[in-house]
Amino acid sequence: MALDSKIPQGPIADKWTNYKNHIDLVNPANKRNIDVIVVGTGLAGGSAAATLAELGYNVKAFCFQDSPRRAHSIAAQGGINAAKNYQGDGDSTYRLFYDTVKGGDYRSREANVYRLAEVSTNIIDQCVAQGVPFAREYGGLLDNRSFGGVLVSRTFYAAGQTGQQLLLGAYSAMNRQIGRGKIKMYNRHEMLDVVKVDGKARGIITRNLITGEIERHSAHAVVLGTGGYGNVFFLSTNAMGSNVTAAWKAHKRGAYFANPCYTQIHPTCIPVSGDHQSKLTLMSESLRNDGRIWVPKHMKDVEAIKAGTLKPKDLAESDRDYYLERRYPAFGNLVPRDVASRAAKERCDAGYGVNATGEAVFLDFASAIQRYGKEAAHVKGLNENDTALVTKLGQEIIKNKYGNLFQMYEKIVDQDPYNTPMMIYPAVHYTMGGIWVDYNLMTSVPGLYAIGEANFSDHGANRLGASALMQGLADGYFVLPYTIGDYLSDDIRTGPISTETKEFEEAEKEVRERIEFFVNNEGSHSVDYFHKKLGKIMWNKVGMSRNVQGLTEAISEIKALREEFWKDVRVPGTNEEFNEELAKAGRVADFLELGELFAKDALNREESCGGHFREDSVELDGEQKGEALRDDENYAYVAAWEYKGEPSDAVLHKEQLEFNDIELKQRSYK
Amino acid sequence: MNLTLKIWRQKNASDKGKMVDYPISNISPDMSFLEMLDVLNNELIEKGEEPVSFDHDCREGICGSCSLYINGEAHGPDRLITTCQLHMRTFKDGETITIEPWRATAFPVIKDLVVDRTAFDRIQHAGGFISVNTSGNTIDANAIPVNKQDADDAFSAATCIGCGACVASCKNSSAMLFVGAKVSQFALLPQGQVEATDRVLNMVKQMDEEGFGNCTNTGACEVECPKGISLENIARMNTEFLKASLKG
Repeated sequence: MALDSKIPQGPIADKWTNYKNHIDLVNPANKRNIDVIVVGTGLAGGSAAATLAELGYNVKAFCFQDSPRRAHSIAAQGGINAAKNYQGDGDSTYRLFYDTVKGGDYRSREANVYRLAEVSTNIIDQCVAQGVPFAREYGGLLDNRSFGGVLVSRTFYAAGQTGQQLLLGAYSAMNRQIGRGKIKMYNRHEMLDVVKVDGKARGIITRNLITGEIERHSAHAVVLGTGGYGNVFFLSTNAMGSNVTAAWKAHKRGAYFANPCYTQIHPTCIPVSGDHQSKLTLMSESLRNDGRIWVPKHMKDVEAIKAGTLKPKDLAESDRDYYLERRYPAFGNLVPRDVASRAAKERCDAGYGVNATGEAVFLDFASAIQRYGKEAAHVKGLNENDTALVTKLGQEIIKNKYGNLFQMYEKIVDQDPYNTPMMIYPAVHYTMGGIWVDYNLMTSVPGLYAIGEANFSDHGANRLGASALMQGLADGYFVLPYTIGDYLSDDIRTGPISTETKEFEEAEKEVRERIEFFVNNEGSHSVDYFHKKLGKIMWNKVGMSRNVQGLTEAISEIKALREEFWKDVRVPGTNEEFNEELAKAGRVADFLELGELFAKDALNREESCGGHFREDSVELDGEQKGEALRDDENYAYVAAWEYKGEPSDAVLHKEQLEFNDIELKQRSYK
Repeated sequence: MNLTLKIWRQKNASDKGKMVDYPISNISPDMSFLEMLDVLNNELIEKGEEPVSFDHDCREGICGSCSLYINGEAHGPDRLITTCQLHMRTFKDGETITIEPWRATAFPVIKDLVVDRTAFDRIQHAGGFISVNTSGNTIDANAIPVNKQDADDAFSAATCIGCGACVASCKNSSAMLFVGAKVSQFALLPQGQVEATDRVLNMVKQMDEEGFGNCTNTGACEVECPKGISLENIARMNTEFLKASLKG
């Protein structure tokens, strides 16, 4: 099948408006006869479910958590971008569009990104109308801050828990529709297959996680807002339950999987402390507004800090290497995430890591505390030279801005970040790759949509900070509700979809067989045992820095591990009960397939772009020496993989990316 | 560290349930409490026994999934954190740790330490929202300035994670702190005024129907709340309720 991105004609600034003016609509009476399934209740799924129900469709929403409010969007910290230009610093739709395409290292689809920038301002208006309590200034207007990779302040926030507030906003919109009976909510349900009838997505098979009941659900269209697949690395900032299963089942039913190797390794996470570690904790990028990143200049100081004989705060300024400020003077500590992560790895690989494992750098707030403290003292007419007073005032301001993050850090590391610099290291955070979708957000299976992190379209090879929340809500509130109507307008005479058909029966049978296998397999190792092994292969060979040899090894190691898993996994208990191990087994089985495709995709892409860094593709000289080197001539395409059984048999389809409004350039943050 | 765990085991909602002892050794003080339970579960699975079920997801204190009653306190002995943020360094080597589920009529046990908190969702369905459709044509976000103090207080109320520690800590199993937080968030904002009367009446009615108890101002909920939601929110809800009742 040829990939048709269905990008509307016309100038980029008019595409979305023209498109909306010419699509087919479904009249309100007919919407009452149309059912839509939404899987996942994060920012994308939750906002889509609420909006579709408001429009009049009958929505069935599913989440594996015990409440839709617990989807992992809840954990997003720093903020949400919107081109409001409230700060009057020159922001515009075009600039947000440009920053996002450039930030994504020119591997995203222009038309989708422009639309995203265009609707970004509506999101803020909508959320405020819902009662989302964004941070405000004393005048009562909304406050903004800066995020990496941009030169304006366009990020709206609610302390360090913006995702929570936005998700609770979407949850409240859902609750209103659940109360009206327009959304039927299925908590603690996991989607285990997509059902296709006559080539169209017409339903799903789910397992009730409390009773083990396998259920059939039908609809005229199916929407996946099921998030990313970062947990293929076992250790990531994702929630423990975050998984690829829904997306992978869709892939197996014909949805192409795009750019699986584009993974964001976030530069500011709390370092790994030991083998018992179950997850990694992010320290928001917003901290880079005020925190300065450094390691010691001299090896003797590194040793002294590791040995505990030198306190980091006592090291003289002149003996510190603020390596981001040194290498990237224009953006300094606010370079994009991929750049900041690689720079941290470079310093640590060179031996300058500051903790016992040698995998940590400092994020230091001392100068911000002094700066804010002096300003506060000045405003209050107090003595600006009283260091103790200034420190105290400065700490209060930092606490106001980032209090919850500092508390999280202190609880995990047992150190007080107000008085000693934080230690941070990159960790897997977000996946830009995902299910291939066209401009309508429809996958290569008619009637099957993918929104939010689950799709691939907007962030290219690297996502800018505060853009995930923007994309999730844009897709769910403002894009999908239009595009899905165009498709459903053909279904007004279809009537209810029966679940008593051979397609549903076969899909259910496959699901049951797999569950039977797991609970009856007398293996010797837990699911986690295999998941951790997979994570180690991924991190060591398909992580921040990739080469042909490592990727080739990873492919065969993952394949071998997958075979071992199917022979030797042990799942206690039965299907007919609450059984977390059984749920995990199914998810890890899918990660073991995705992991191989991921490595295959990374091997195929012989260039460095965004989060995908190939050691054989770097700038060899000039000002950019050592930086990532793209190959636009050969790789300016989306790699969309078609399922053909084993991951090694997956077939590559290319969507050539066209850049008409932005010139392809070396991405410089110098 | 070597520890003895006393854990509530209950096969399903209809099983009676009982405490079971599990010795556990070689626990690092840097582990989180849930990582310690992961170690126990892995040992149980490899021995062919049933692991202990407990709710958890984000493991960074924000999703509100984890819900353990540890040594007689919701989310354990530390303050202003959830169970997933509790670290083993808080305990002493050789200590016996008691782990139970939330206990409240409105939160029936599903299995072991997992309880059903959908009553909280149903209270939110009754009125925990502002009725505004998604149109993209609402007024500009900066059209109505909001006093910073009110915005900050609304935010503080809105940081509730819906974990249920307030209910578990209350001798009456009252959900007033949870409901008060949502009522307050909207009561403090201009956008929330239009539906204020219906909201508080409907949410309180649903709260009562779910079988949550009344508030007798002991304040245990505030002490145990991982997000530090203040009792002022209950007072504000009472004021709103009174105003609404007089109007209605």
